[in-house]
Amino acid sequence: MNILKFFTAGSVDDGKSTLIGRLLYDTDSILADQLEALQSSNRKNDDGTIDLAILTDGLRAEREQGITIDVAYKYFQTEKRKFIIADTPGHIQYTRNMVTGASTANLAIILIDARNGVVEQTIRHSYIVSLLGIKHVVVCINKMDMVDYSETVYSAIIEKYKVLAQQLKLADVTYIPVSALKGDNIVQNSGNMDWYEGESLLHFLEKVDTDNLDKSQLARMPVQWVIRPQTEELHDYRGYAGRVLSGTFNLNDKVTVLPSGASSTVEKIEFFDQTPDAAHAGQSVIIHLKDDVDISRGDTIVNASALPQESKLIEADLCWMDGRALDTSIMYNIQHNSKITRCKISEILHKVDINTLEKHAADEFKLNDIGRVIIKTADALAFDLYDDNRANGSAILVDTRTNLTVGALMFRAAVE
Amino acid sequence: MSTYNFDYLDELEAEAIHILREVAGQFEKPALLFSGGKDSITLVRLAEKAFRPGKFPFPLVHIDTGHNFEETISYRDQMVERIGEKLIIGSVQESIDQGKVVEQTGKNASRNALQTVTLLDTIAKYQFDACIGGARRDEEKARAKERIFSVRDEFGQWDPKRQRPELWNIYNGKIHKGENIRVFPISNWTELDVWNYIRREKIDLPSIYFSHERDCITRNGQLMAASPFLNMDDEDVVERKQVRFRTVGDMSCTAAVESDATLIDDIISEISASKISERGARMDDKVSEAAMEDRKKGGYF
Repeated sequence: MNILKFFTAGSVDDGKSTLIGRLLYDTDSILADQLEALQSSNRKNDDGTIDLAILTDGLRAEREQGITIDVAYKYFQTEKRKFIIADTPGHIQYTRNMVTGASTANLAIILIDARNGVVEQTIRHSYIVSLLGIKHVVVCINKMDMVDYSETVYSAIIEKYKVLAQQLKLADVTYIPVSALKGDNIVQNSGNMDWYEGESLLHFLEKVDTDNLDKSQLARMPVQWVIRPQTEELHDYRGYAGRVLSGTFNLNDKVTVLPSGASSTVEKIEFFDQTPDAAHAGQSVIIHLKDDVDISRGDTIVNASALPQESKLIEADLCWMDGRALDTSIMYNIQHNSKITRCKISEILHKVDINTLEKHAADEFKLNDIGRVIIKTADALAFDLYDDNRANGSAILVDTRTNLTVGALMFRAAVE
Repeated sequence: MSTYNFDYLDELEAEAIHILREVAGQFEKPALLFSGGKDSITLVRLAEKAFRPGKFPFPLVHIDTGHNFEETISYRDQMVERIGEKLIIGSVQESIDQGKVVEQTGKNASRNALQTVTLLDTIAKYQFDACIGGARRDEEKARAKERIFSVRDEFGQWDPKRQRPELWNIYNGKIHKGENIRVFPISNWTELDVWNYIRREKIDLPSIYFSHERDCITRNGQLMAASPFLNMDDEDVVERKQVRFRTVGDMSCTAAVESDATLIDDIISEISASKISERGARMDDKVSEAAMEDRKKGGYF
């Protein structure tokens, strides 16, 4: 059994919370006392049934306003898989929450209201999915019950969406007609849409290839912590602790340590009481090197035959996440895995209108703005391009005045 | 290319180890809050996997309400001896004796709320800048929205509207003096995940997690262990029951469930089939719909 992390964005009226509530409800993931609290709540659907949306509204302010204002994580599992849902609000003022929720997902669900078809927010949500490089997209055409389960309506919507998907280079898109409110095609295939030959949403989620395991040769491990017991029997012990971001390290592999450029060989890999022959993407291990090289937190151990880029000048997509606008005259901290260094945004190349996908020149960057910038760092970063290696191609910006996380960066190119 | 099996528990474990090492790397004076419950026991195992053969870069901190199950305390002391790490105890009784908090009265009196003050005092006394805890997002809907690195102000308060965005696997641990960060390495685990992990790792637990006979009373529809810490009167009928506990907290606020589960396998099948969620056995969440959110804002874990 493995884990599928998926992301949903939606607005108040398109039934996203109902869809998630339905997935939880129909997979028996709601326990008796939670259900009781749900039934005793004042919020009901028009026909008196339980309003499943309440399941995902966590904070009091959200319940009072009937909206989702933050990222909520929900968990359920079936016999086949464990699921982690990042549930985010879909309105433009919550773009930063969507970017946050999308950053860890390997699948996105885009909801389209069958009555309205592809609208501005569909474009916005799909753009964020493409920006954050989510591999799989499921487009749920929801509220099919409100359009008499019409195949014609459904087909017209997908034709329109295909144009958008092509424009955004979304490679793997699956379409499913559903009614979250009535439960059609969510867990069970619906008897109301015999013309639909595909799977229900849950069945699709259970079998989609998650590709959690990075098959690339880009072996990377940022060093988080150096383990030196300095006891009598472990006098010379020196282990580099970290999580393999991507690729695989095998015993005797030639490696390079960045930024120093020192070369060495993998002598031993440790995982608690085990000494495996290899460390793979996703695993948290301890690596020992044959040579005595100077390594500390913030350094990265990489495959010597597939080096990352190294640069102090990087072109990146930026999503601004703070109420205080970007100030190109001050220094920020950039945090790239375990490495933190000073940086400046030296140029704003363009901003994107995420409702229309039009690019335009800009000299300011405010909350929820997304666009392309050039960033200049104090120390060179050892990075990969986001599209090649998400884990080593992303970073955050921290405002040193407030310590807040103010920007999300996706590296697109090293500037020569 | 070699193939390998990396299942969901391996992935959750690797994520938690990564988070613990980020705490070690980013903070000057971290601490691991240890309650004696299964979630914090799991954290200790994860810390061993993160830092052995080195020492933990943090002490364990136990906020002792004085109303503990004795099984929890003896478990704690044995464990600390086995792992050879430092234990700091913050005592609620001491806070009461110092007049910093006042013991609740009445039938439902509990020291659960008082421990917030002791916790904040302990954090201030040792100047901890990060406190690792075993809270999980599946426990409760306010927790579902909390970050893995969650900033607390000087007063221990959590402000749900001012949470930092947390992207990819990058955790921003920068804080101002006086603030601290609560870190939740097992945020993405469910109750069942924790039990499956405990089974897989063959981790010992305090005996109260398993079925045993105990004198209980029924209060507000829940089974409570009869103890000197519970204010009882003539209306309370003491009955001998076969029970176990699903969480380990203060004796006056942790309800038992009737159960014959004596082995971990029994517990896992019981939970899989259970119709009551874990926090459903906590009387402290029952006060209002927003009970947890309010307590978190006030500095509760």
